[in-house]
Amino acid sequence: MALSEDEVRHVARLARLALTDDEVAALAPQLSAILGYAEQVGEVAAGEVVPTTHPFALADVTRPDERAPSLSREEVLAGAPAVEQDRFAVPRIVAEEG
Amino acid sequence: MAELTELTAAQLAARLSAEEVTAREVVDAHLDRIAGLDGVVADGDIWAAKPAAELGADEPHAYLAVTAAAAREHADDIDARRAAGAALGPLAGVPLALKDVLTMRGAPTTCGSRMLEGWVPPYDATVTERLRAADVVVLGKTNMDEFAMGSSTENSAFGLTRNPWDLDRVPGGSSGGSATAVAGLMAPLAIGTDTGGSIRQPAALTGLVGVKPTYGTMSRYGLVAFASSLDQAGPFARTVEDAALLQSVTWGHDPRDATSVPGAVPDLLGGLKGGVAGLKVGVVRELQGEGYEPGVEVVFAAALERLADLGAEIVEVSLPHASYGLPAYYLIAPSEASSNLARFDGVRYGLRVDAPTAEEMNAATRAAGFGPEVKRRIMIGTHALSSGYYDAYYLQASKIRTLIADDFRAAFEQVDVLISPTSPSVAFRLGDKTADPMAMYLNDVATVPASLAGIPALSLPAGLASAPDDPSTSLPVGLQVMAPLKRDDVMYRAAWAFEQATGFTPEPAGPRAVATPVATPVATQEVR
Repeated sequence: MALSEDEVRHVARLARLALTDDEVAALAPQLSAILGYAEQVGEVAAGEVVPTTHPFALADVTRPDERAPSLSREEVLAGAPAVEQDRFAVPRIVAEEG
Repeated sequence: MAELTELTAAQLAARLSAEEVTAREVVDAHLDRIAGLDGVVADGDIWAAKPAAELGADEPHAYLAVTAAAAREHADDIDARRAAGAALGPLAGVPLALKDVLTMRGAPTTCGSRMLEGWVPPYDATVTERLRAADVVVLGKTNMDEFAMGSSTENSAFGLTRNPWDLDRVPGGSSGGSATAVAGLMAPLAIGTDTGGSIRQPAALTGLVGVKPTYGTMSRYGLVAFASSLDQAGPFARTVEDAALLQSVTWGHDPRDATSVPGAVPDLLGGLKGGVAGLKVGVVRELQGEGYEPGVEVVFAAALERLADLGAEIVEVSLPHASYGLPAYYLIAPSEASSNLARFDGVRYGLRVDAPTAEEMNAATRAAGFGPEVKRRIMIGTHALSSGYYDAYYLQASKIRTLIADDFRAAFEQVDVLISPTSPSVAFRLGDKTADPMAMYLNDVATVPASLAGIPALSLPAGLASAPDDPSTSLPVGLQVMAPLKRDDVMYRAAWAFEQATGFTPEPAGPRAVATPVATPVATQEVR
């Protein structure tokens, strides 16, 4: 299928990617070509086939519920772009009501 | 006597254990070669690669960072323990290049991306930890396509890597830095990662042995995820035996990876040299012909004759759904990538571009941090998973995945291993495929079926073919060997027998002396 520039903008919003107009213009035909190729999968009648999401069907892999060493707070925060009060700092998420 | 950098891992290990050479001498020989050749600023504890704009056309740029001080310290420690009579592992003191997608404490992990530039991980990957436990000395971190997305190593944010056989050509990708490090004699061993062919294809294009082990047998703990159900680390080496030695010290169950396969892994070394007499080898009908270069086909045909001469029984088999592998892969892998790369949100690590709201900050950070190919794949995956498209794209591709796995199961009821060319082409010129993403994706046509099925697959040199665009240049062609799940041992045995029959000698003429004519990589000639 051909993706329009508006559809590219919609997908970019879902993907949290701020694309420039030039990027949108370049991506529309590229993504259309790639999806057009990938649509070959539709040629196979696979209605009742069980999908595979993983080579081995492992389920509910857990470890014993026991305390074990973990990274210190300092190590975890060391790579963060912004830290306040020993926590990850982010911009406002919920708007203030006036 | 051959230079230390020309020796295989097995040869180095023998000389080290006989105390004919020290680990420090081996490490220094490799560091000297890297400093003189690769385009690094050989200064301080960690040598950084030059900025992309300053790299010369004669500098292969295999390494992004060389952990020189830590490597020397580790080597000295190994030598001290050996002198004290301690029992050391089979690869103790042998150097290795590590793809920059695996974490190692104390050194940056960038994944070839601006997004992670300068990030120093607070923990070691399990693979890194096992290398350390085996006293394999990590020399540094190697260049790669950004987040392992690519087939040429031209997608790195820190500049491309060149192929030692012809510096104007790509080394393949995404593990091109690891391939060039080993082919260019800047490490005898390397670790790469393979999602749809990212170890096997660069191994083929640089004349090396490259292995994607059975999915789930190499821990993904500390491997920055691209497509979690496909990603697998594995060895690069100049010989089949070296690759088997490296896989032997790094694989096996890891409780820290929930997708790690429980149970024991087979012994790769005991039966390695057992030969292929009586082994049933299946030629995959769908992985040859149209789209494969004539030179590749000629070398492949000769490989079949050689295997038959060795006593293998060659039969043609069909994987009816293999031709749907590539379209299915280019839905499944981007879908998983779009989910995995959501973690790069400017909050916990890596780049942040400030903006008034969290959503704007996320979007601006990701726009600035990701390169074009990563954005493309995130877009494809987000679309394939989005409401209204999921059934036709991701779900349908996952059903094809089942059919391909079933095809392999049926084939392995008839044969012990399957073979095909690894890559449809020899190494292509830098820039040849960067303008057309779809042309680049076609590089993976022969490697993705095994990835989707999770089975082990290996590439080894089968011979040389002329470059289609330059008949005077001979370039390596890879033979792919695939085996049933957890039968990596059978795959290695077939590969070892074939390798002996090609007349390969690990020394002295440069990275590879495969078949005839013997070619010496440009990068090797220039420093001697």
